Amino acid sequence: MHQPSAEPRHSIYYRYRVFDAAPPPARPTTVPALVVGAGPIGLVTALGLAQQGVRCVVLEAERQVSEGSRAIVFTRRSMEILQQAGASEAIVQMALPWRHGNSYYRGQRVFRMEAPHSDDERFAPMNNLQQQYVEQFLIDAVAAQPLITLRWGHQVTAVLRNDEVGAELAIDTPHSAYTQAAQWVVAADGARSTLRQLCGMKLEGAAHQGPEADEIRRPSPERGESSGQATLTHEGRFVIADIRVDLPLPTERLAFFDPPWNPGNTVLMHREPHGIWRIDYQLPPGESPEQALAPASMKARIDAQLAMIGHAGAAWELDWSSVYSARALTLPDYVHQRIAFVGDAAHLLPIFGVRGANTGLQDAQNLAWKLGATLQGRAGPGLMASYTAERVAAAREIIDEAGKSTRFMTPPTHGFHLLRDAVLSLSLTQDFVRPLYHWRTSRPHEYHHSALNAAGDDDAHFSGGPANGAPLPNIRLGDVGHATGQAPGHLLDHLCGAAAGSFSLLLFGDALPAELRAVVDAWRARGLLLQVLLIAPDTAAPGNASPASVAVLIVDADQRIARRLAMPQGGGAYLLRPDQHVCGRWLSLAAPALDAALRRALALALA
Amino acid sequence: MPPPTTLTLPGLETVYDTLADTVDQAPAALRELMLVKLVLLLAHDLGDAGRFAELARTALQDL
Repeated sequence: MHQPSAEPRHSIYYRYRVFDAAPPPARPTTVPALVVGAGPIGLVTALGLAQQGVRCVVLEAERQVSEGSRAIVFTRRSMEILQQAGASEAIVQMALPWRHGNSYYRGQRVFRMEAPHSDDERFAPMNNLQQQYVEQFLIDAVAAQPLITLRWGHQVTAVLRNDEVGAELAIDTPHSAYTQAAQWVVAADGARSTLRQLCGMKLEGAAHQGPEADEIRRPSPERGESSGQATLTHEGRFVIADIRVDLPLPTERLAFFDPPWNPGNTVLMHREPHGIWRIDYQLPPGESPEQALAPASMKARIDAQLAMIGHAGAAWELDWSSVYSARALTLPDYVHQRIAFVGDAAHLLPIFGVRGANTGLQDAQNLAWKLGATLQGRAGPGLMASYTAERVAAAREIIDEAGKSTRFMTPPTHGFHLLRDAVLSLSLTQDFVRPLYHWRTSRPHEYHHSALNAAGDDDAHFSGGPANGAPLPNIRLGDVGHATGQAPGHLLDHLCGAAAGSFSLLLFGDALPAELRAVVDAWRARGLLLQVLLIAPDTAAPGNASPASVAVLIVDADQRIARRLAMPQGGGAYLLRPDQHVCGRWLSLAAPALDAALRRALALALA
Repeated sequence: MPPPTTLTLPGLETVYDTLADTVDQAPAALRELMLVKLVLLLAHDLGDAGRFAELARTALQDL
């Protein structure tokens, strides 16, 4: 019998709430969507599915939120995704926004990075908040969503069936075991995914990564490894320690290279809310996690780090610690019959550039509308295939890009050690090597080659603006930007709230032409969530726009939106997928083109 | 692109001595590191990653 702990986890700042274990369902049912894992990624997926009108059940093996602060840095794109999920307001109230990173060597700051920010953005480039709070706020949003049922204390133990019509899982609970059938399962059960192991799926890595323990099947002949050996290399292992300490420092990333107290290794510091600081320090070779987490060892090292930055003797208290390995692995395919993998269940990505949860949130946003449309019978089979195509490509791009950061932060070979150390030394006086410290932050992916992008539109003819596959950038709306009373301040606000989960047509002009309106009405009549945002050039009253069809009229009095989206004249349009990525753009939009673009975006064959 | 200028014989002789002295001046344990720094500085001056790769291949020959 599965017995998750009923004791609240220990924390010096977070009050863990233990939820009752849900009883098994009274009788066997088949649910449309079964999400396994109530971490941030599973919860955002469930909220996205609910926005599509899909009923989901979320299973969580534990009875409380995650232990420790874990993912603490949420990028701007993640905040936009969390806004769409309905949790960003609570997060913004507590999170610490920031945009600067600093790298130090021999007491000198050799590199400082400033992430771009502007008035057009609602969210700061980076936002620090402990994962427990993010989960808590998402759980609050889930509780307010009648289409989602969250079952605490339910552990998946077997995959009984997984075929082209559905899946069935064996579930164990403190009450009794049961089986749950579903049309689709979402595996959001994290780095040690039970579902991934039960399905026998293996993660794949890239050439330069240090092989990791349990799931690698790729021995490295250069290191004298043969198949059958479980290899665990020393490079890329860090202790993560959250301490409560009063440091009068701004919220900026701090990276220290080859400090005297940890020669050859890297140390990172990030500020969290509630007086907490995260310290990551790389372990020397040959040291085991048990040795590394011994209290005396941690105290000596943390004391040494604080002394090095000029705060010797600062009183501190440990909240949580863990050992972490830098990895770069992905499943080659995220859809396995009727199980879709998302987040760390699908890939393990390096901590450098804050890639983990930030990538998972993009997965969730991508998957939710596609799975929702599939379950609602509105999509072709190619839609779920596009989830794999788009997100595996994103993961591989990250592995490639983050590989550069990993080779610098945790050099895997003698050659890379030399080059890293040479750069450290040169950086004290030579400007040309300093950009190599750039830590390549997680950013949203642009699905330029997606099969869902419109064919034959005007994408190639735009002189600027987001191309097909790119996410819509945020734009600050003028104070008089709204003909309707309620005033969101930014463009992406219109893709949230009641409009979350909709396709959006941004039409430039002061009227919705009858022929386009007919297409919009026809798709809505078939159940598609589709809104029209009319971007009007001035405050003149709209022409044939009818309130029933036009969701929102946005007055673009100073042409700010038209300029940012490189729209030279009225009559043009951008079509956005529910995940806010552009899937078609026209300098002049005709009805057949809109209809074809919607069909293509849903992977439906042309009529 | 104009052909790269190469060292004259006197120049080569100067480089020869300078390099030997520089290696000797570096602490024994840090010679490799110093040479890698020198290579990066020279690569930056050279300004041509492709040419650098060719020279690296040449250096690997006949070891």
